[in-house]
Amino acid sequence: MHEVDMTKCLILSMEEWAEKKNKEKIIVEKINLKIGEFTCVEPISLINTFNAAVLGSWLDSSEITIEKIPFEGKCSKCNRSYFPKKENGYKSPCCNLNLEEIISGRELKIASIDFKEK
Amino acid sequence: MHLPISDKIELNILHQNSHQAEKNKIKFNNYNLLCLNIMSSPGAGKTRLLEITLEDLSTEFQSAVLEGDMTTNLDAARLEKLNIPVVPITTGRACHLDANMVSGGLKLLEKKINPHILDILLVENVGNLVCPAEFEIGEHFKVALLSITEGEDKPLKYPIMFREADLILITKVDLLPHLNFDINELKSNISSTNPKADVIEISSITKSGFDLWQKWISKKIQKFKK
Repeated sequence: MHEVDMTKCLILSMEEWAEKKNKEKIIVEKINLKIGEFTCVEPISLINTFNAAVLGSWLDSSEITIEKIPFEGKCSKCNRSYFPKKENGYKSPCCNLNLEEIISGRELKIASIDFKEK
Repeated sequence: MHLPISDKIELNILHQNSHQAEKNKIKFNNYNLLCLNIMSSPGAGKTRLLEITLEDLSTEFQSAVLEGDMTTNLDAARLEKLNIPVVPITTGRACHLDANMVSGGLKLLEKKINPHILDILLVENVGNLVCPAEFEIGEHFKVALLSITEGEDKPLKYPIMFREADLILITKVDLLPHLNFDINELKSNISSTNPKADVIEISSITKSGFDLWQKWISKKIQKFKK
């Protein structure tokens, strides 16, 4: 259900962006997102929700692309980066330590917008 | 028709919510009012926790509550009996409070009372371990409750919530003798997900742990007001 609210926020951000561009004179082709794997967002659900939400609106013909950003942590002892796994409690495989620092995976971003002028 | 243009904006999807959350925080700071965002799954004991806490705090601090609920005002009605300012926020279909809702709640609170006289604002979020973790409301600290009847694995299954929390209250510990529950495993899972979080075991029946929780709140208020 939270994808509905994420979509609402995404559309509001798009409205805000379009206000500066003269919305009537542009066609948005792609909205390119970066979604971290350590967030509450399921990419497919977000795409489906977005597609349903923008039907008949100025964003009707736009497409969402999602670049998944891996969940990556850093070992607090040896500084090695690693991909934390739920199965071993997110611990670092090198020193078996708890997840202190997250390097990436918390992203919820509009990276770029591809558009054409009419 | 012109060629396509790519506008690299690198903007947080939730930036409008974050922006409003910042505004809320500035307001709380101007009021010298510490704000806690209380989150958990439904039935972990948030409202009962608040009932006891508000009564205990009343000798030392002035409190108010913003009470998030999807469809009813039942929890708000319970807390209003304690004669403290309570503003219900009915979220409708939304399964979490967002910064705009809290801003609206704060405006209603301002009509009830001058927030300058308050020390602490407790915001009870909608019962849900997923969405509330991503939507900031302008809080100074996040408190997550986890009742032992929910299972030891919940910090691993809902890691964002427990990673984001500053304090994790393990609730309903009076039930420990009756359940096949390994509290050390739960604590280990909490440490794995969030090694920096404070953890307090608490029971609303025996009141165990409430002294530590009150101390945690008092310390935060005193530090905030310095």
